[in-house]
Amino acid sequence: MRSTTETSAAVRDQGGAASAAPPGPPPSRARRPNRWLAWGFLAPVTIYLAAFYAYPLYRNVELSLREYTVRSFVQGGAPFAGLDNYRTVLADPAFWPTLTHTVVFTVASLAFQFTIGMALALFFHQHFPLSRTLRALILVPWLLPLIVSASTWSWLLNSDSGLVNAALGVVRVDPVNWLTSPGWSLTSVIIANVWIGIPFNLVVLYSGLQAIPAEMYEASALDGATGWQRFWGITFPLLRPVSAITLLLGLIYTLKVFDIIWIMTRGGPTSSSATLATWSYRLGFGNLLPEFGPGAAIGNLLIVLALIAGLVYIRIERRQQLR
Amino acid sequence: MTTSTPRAWWKTGIGLVLTGLMLFPVYWMINVSFTRDQDMRATPPHLFPTNGTLDGYRAVLDQQLPYLGTSFLVGLGTVALTVALAAPAGYALAKLRPPGGPALSFVLLIAQMIPGIIMAMGFYAIFLTLGVLNTLPGLILADTTLAVPFGVLIFTAFMSGIPDELLQAAVVDGAGRLRTFWSVVLPVSRNSIVTVSLFAFLWSWSDFIFASTLAGGGDHQPITLGIYHYIGNNNQQWNAIMATAVVASIPAAVLLILAQRYVSMGVTAGAVKD
Repeated sequence: MRSTTETSAAVRDQGGAASAAPPGPPPSRARRPNRWLAWGFLAPVTIYLAAFYAYPLYRNVELSLREYTVRSFVQGGAPFAGLDNYRTVLADPAFWPTLTHTVVFTVASLAFQFTIGMALALFFHQHFPLSRTLRALILVPWLLPLIVSASTWSWLLNSDSGLVNAALGVVRVDPVNWLTSPGWSLTSVIIANVWIGIPFNLVVLYSGLQAIPAEMYEASALDGATGWQRFWGITFPLLRPVSAITLLLGLIYTLKVFDIIWIMTRGGPTSSSATLATWSYRLGFGNLLPEFGPGAAIGNLLIVLALIAGLVYIRIERRQQLR
Repeated sequence: MTTSTPRAWWKTGIGLVLTGLMLFPVYWMINVSFTRDQDMRATPPHLFPTNGTLDGYRAVLDQQLPYLGTSFLVGLGTVALTVALAAPAGYALAKLRPPGGPALSFVLLIAQMIPGIIMAMGFYAIFLTLGVLNTLPGLILADTTLAVPFGVLIFTAFMSGIPDELLQAAVVDGAGRLRTFWSVVLPVSRNSIVTVSLFAFLWSWSDFIFASTLAGGGDHQPITLGIYHYIGNNNQQWNAIMATAVVASIPAAVLLILAQRYVSMGVTAGAVKD
């Protein structure tokens, strides 16, 4: 795997450096350095974490528990409101549809990204001329700034002049208002998001495939297994840990997705493609009169979802390391 | 590896088609960026920019250079701050086994999972108080949060691979910890520094959410906002929009061409343990 070659290269460099140094006495005395001194190296990142992760998070919780207006946001002194903001959000008629969109967006994105990514990984694992180069090129969608991908898809899916509708016209299908009809907007943003996510799934699953020893396949080839049997009998079970992690990381990333939806549809029309992330943004920044309290409350609900996914991820990872 | 059998080349053909399908939207972006305004709404759309125009790129030069400059500066600042914070932390976690180290790694893992919109709201409140809304340092501080957990993860993974004998040799030569870190650990970790820097730059360059919330009202707006304003102004000059998008994609392209192996390394580092 990549990291292994990388490490060995580093080790080689060090071999050179070490032999160039004058041969000192062997390190005989067992030095027991004070391990607390290591915190000197950790201090910058710890302070940074406290100031720029923990404190914004704390401010966000605080925002969600107070009754903020623009005035009190600037000057302070917003009255404590307890869980009122959460009640407002949960009672909002938009809450359940938005939660449903979030779930549909996440599940559909993951299902398609993973399936297509897996198919491509299996295909590229066959090593043919140019396979490395092509595999690298497929990474492009993942590396592009999201605003670039989102605006490109906006134009591809444009109702009047988009290429997708033009192509549908060739096969005599009526044009679809991809971004401007409530029935299609969520599908459209899912399509764009799947396109962006495929490369990540491909790369991670590919590296998982490489870790499967070739002998396993040789043995099953001797037994006369077909390609399909090989996949379900060997590849799929052995790839399960990597698959689980791919899906969970995908889940965490997909829950966070905001840019693509906001740029393509702004969650509309009439909130038909709104997710928790875009709703939170709309409340906090999208209107002339910001509603920071409810916006922060939605954000905190989102973080609870992400953390649950994250804890599952860490559990799976731990279990794998123990094995 | 057996390569030049006809069967293998046949697979290359399929591979080319699949890659072409995946990259088609990118091609379309480039195609539209060269299309003339009057051809923009042609039915059927022109598949090639015959009668191409450079108007879109002229618009970029006229209007988008300040945005590009801001993005570049913010990117550099983010890289510097990320490496400065993450490299020492990676060294400590990999080699010095500090008490509480695992707990810190855990916190970093969790930090990666916080949705950007939540960070943005917290930052907005804090930056308003500090008066750093719409400033370059403010945006750099916020963008750094995108890469620091990833950076610590990468540095820890790679610095774990440095042989202890090498570090002991430095100590025997009379080097302190700080000196060991500076003149032994950092030089041999060049590859991981490159990886972290590349991703930090790319993420800050691509950032939209912090830009729109924390720098949206000021003089220092990055290129993502440049594109966003183009779209938002009901500007129907799609060749200019797509030309800006092409220019904004250059760092990603450069990254892929110059540093392909680092990219795959970065993508898999978080997910796969070997």
